[in-house]
Amino acid sequence: MTPEPYEAQLLETPFHARTSSLCSTRQWGNWSGFASVNAYTSVDMEYFAARSTAALFDISPMTKYAITGSDAASYLNRLLTRNMEKVKPGRVVYAVWCNDAGMVIDDGTVFCLGENDYRLCSQERHLPWLLDSAIGYNVEIKDITSGIAALAVQGPTSSAVLKAMGLVGIENLKPYSLTEFDLDGHSLMVSRTGFTGDLGYELWIDPGAAELLWDRLMEVGSLYGLRPMGSEALEMTRIEAGFIQAGVEFFPGDLPTRPDRLRSPFELGMGWLVDFDKGHFIGRRALLQEKKTGSRYALVGLDIEGNKPALHSFVYQGKDTEVGIVASAMWSPTCKRNIAIASLKTPYHKDNHGLWVDVYVYRELKWERIHASCKVVDKQFFNPPRRWATPAGDR
Amino acid sequence: MKVYDAIVIGAGHNGLTTAAYLAKAGMDVIVLERQPYIGGATVSRELYPGFTYSNCSYVCSLMRPEIMRDLELPRHGLQVIPYEGGVTMMRNGDYFATYPNHDQNRREIARHSAHDAEAYDYFGAETLRQCRFIKKMLLTTPPDPTSFKPRDLFGLLDIARRFHGLGEEWMYDTIRFWTMSCADFLDQYFESEVVKGHLAGTSIIGTALGPYSPGSAYVLLHHYMGEVDGSIGSWGYARGGMGAVSGSLANSFQSYGGEIRTAAEVEQIIVKNNRAVGVALSGGEEVLGKMVISNMDVKRTFDKSMDPADLPEDFLHRVRNFKIRGSSGKLNIALDGLPDFPSIPDGCRGRTGDMHVSDSMEYLERGYDDWKDGTWSREPYIDMMIPSLTDPTMAPPGKHYMSVFVQYVPPYLADGQWNDEKRAAFGKTVIDKIAEYSPNFKDLILHAEVRTPWDIENETGLTEGNIFQGELTMDQLMFNRPVPGYAQYRAPVKNLYMCGSSTHPGGGVMGAPGANAAREILLDMRIKT
Repeated sequence: MTPEPYEAQLLETPFHARTSSLCSTRQWGNWSGFASVNAYTSVDMEYFAARSTAALFDISPMTKYAITGSDAASYLNRLLTRNMEKVKPGRVVYAVWCNDAGMVIDDGTVFCLGENDYRLCSQERHLPWLLDSAIGYNVEIKDITSGIAALAVQGPTSSAVLKAMGLVGIENLKPYSLTEFDLDGHSLMVSRTGFTGDLGYELWIDPGAAELLWDRLMEVGSLYGLRPMGSEALEMTRIEAGFIQAGVEFFPGDLPTRPDRLRSPFELGMGWLVDFDKGHFIGRRALLQEKKTGSRYALVGLDIEGNKPALHSFVYQGKDTEVGIVASAMWSPTCKRNIAIASLKTPYHKDNHGLWVDVYVYRELKWERIHASCKVVDKQFFNPPRRWATPAGDR
Repeated sequence: MKVYDAIVIGAGHNGLTTAAYLAKAGMDVIVLERQPYIGGATVSRELYPGFTYSNCSYVCSLMRPEIMRDLELPRHGLQVIPYEGGVTMMRNGDYFATYPNHDQNRREIARHSAHDAEAYDYFGAETLRQCRFIKKMLLTTPPDPTSFKPRDLFGLLDIARRFHGLGEEWMYDTIRFWTMSCADFLDQYFESEVVKGHLAGTSIIGTALGPYSPGSAYVLLHHYMGEVDGSIGSWGYARGGMGAVSGSLANSFQSYGGEIRTAAEVEQIIVKNNRAVGVALSGGEEVLGKMVISNMDVKRTFDKSMDPADLPEDFLHRVRNFKIRGSSGKLNIALDGLPDFPSIPDGCRGRTGDMHVSDSMEYLERGYDDWKDGTWSREPYIDMMIPSLTDPTMAPPGKHYMSVFVQYVPPYLADGQWNDEKRAAFGKTVIDKIAEYSPNFKDLILHAEVRTPWDIENETGLTEGNIFQGELTMDQLMFNRPVPGYAQYRAPVKNLYMCGSSTHPGGGVMGAPGANAAREILLDMRIKT
């Protein structure tokens, strides 16, 4: 039973009995109103499981909408900037959607489960926007967040783990594809998707079978280094992969209370998701205009001198011209570089000379100020061939 | 005949590091390697189907992050994965584990001594202080205290300034630290034998000293001053074995246009008019270059690969007296499953890191006594790990690769040379010792590679099988390494350089000697990078 609002601040996911018994750091976070493990034992080791063996992450709190009805495809084509006509059943796509001003409301993944049968997964909740923009379409939109239990299995041995669990032929599943298996009479959907930028899968099942799925994975996974991972380690892999995050790289939809804080798809490096040839979609006119007149901002990767993360630092050019801000930053253990994702004013992202950040480090009762030069690089810092290889490798 | 800009002798990690920096700066460089494979002592080989060994060096920490970044080693295939603590199994059936979590660690030490549990923080702060002091010197050419060149004076001044910056008390401590024994150092903090025994292991690795020998405290520090991702003192595995370190260096080098030739043994460095002009290979072929850079240890370079007439006698005399005593052996074992260690509780992750059986300082010192007597330790120090618990590429699922570093093992035995029979007896000593703590261990062995100092020398060329290319004692460090007056990577012959671990800052898979040598060479070439 879901507790009443007065009874609990955070809800439990279908895996809570398992995750809570393994969470030895006792460090939990709030993910969309659900208790989500920040770290089970050690952030570093969980991160390295994702990069060297395999990591198991509870993604049940992700907001999920079922979008069905005879107009579902054409509705999504109006809502999203990318062309959904090309997306066939069994495929998953990454997408963004905008308001009329061409500013991003959110990003997410769209699973095409069948003809006019979709699932939209996003970070934030958007029911009013989704329903309002559906007026006139024969389409049903339902929040199904609590109705599905989901786990991400990510890392180089993830395919081997699923194979060992009896998912025959899983290695042949292509990136951004989905398929169904039977797990002791329960329907298990598996998609080759994830948020780590590595080989990985997401598993979707009826909440009643959640613990069965968890136990089965952990049992077979022991030979392959499978280890539960909390959200702090996931965040590290997310930045290395150069994925953007709502509330970090952009502030979703109509929620910011200050002007000029929104970003368009072009300003987030998502121009490739905008298809002007598919007919009308929300924000099209504004985006066409932006294409003509130019964007205000560019989202870039930065390679920063030294090893101190430049989180939320100003980015300067030349002597002291302020040209942007760092949204995400970390020392990348895999790339051995001090990386960041930053929003720069155009055209400073093009002139790769004289950029620097100011990093403040607090050490034993003293602030130390580090003037670190940096350069603009591809923000996909980590993108190994094994992520894209089909059949997927074993290790 | 082609004349290369530079010839590097030996495709060890330092040779490849120097070569990659030079090639990156635009030089035409060839690396010559005696073996049919590269890596020197930073090597991974498949000697049993499905298993990859780290045949010599086996863990990674010291490799300087600056080098990884400069040469883009991650992009060229290097991934370093830290491991979680370690464990010493005790003769009384108990165990002592270490954990990355501070409070877990404190409570574990407290099981053995409440005093030591809290003293551990003082110990940690002191080693960190010493590491911070020395870290700046690693990628710096040691200034010569007898020279009046501005760069030497400035270098000395910088050290002096940082030294004085430590404050009075820590200045005294630092001086003492560099010469004291590991036992004296640890006695300042700890009372528990097993805690000291566990920590003292790194003070003897690769060194023909006991934990009670003066100078051994520095060796302990040498193993602490590495880092994994900014976490000082952490150790990790190179994914794919240590060969991934040399492999990524080779890839980086080749991406800058460098050339590697394997199965090319250098017999002699050719000197004409006091200038190195090339090398003669064992087949008689000559390779010519505008300079020659040796990654071999100093004895192998100057005493075995050069005509003595080409070298000053004083220099050669000092080279011959350079301390490079072999002290260690290695077993690489393919296992059919995970061995049981009944004294380590299930769920204790210490077993994913370094495992030992030396539960006291005396245990270690007695092992050293055997070495002095010209035999391998009857109760050996064992640094044992199972990398396949962390790295799935080392062994098939469910099977495991075990790396066992062993000390003390003398290069020459009291009863004569090493031979196959003695090697087998040495291997048996080690396997029997492990089996005392693991009842099913022997049944799981599929294959074992046993390496004595003799084997290590024969294969990698390291004199006496000394893993550091020369001991890390105060008389052989900094401006005295390898030979006073020749610590700045230049040999007494023009256009001949040294880039191996015989030079500052010494051994371990650090790459710093190679990077420092490259910087000096580029300085001589007036190439700005």
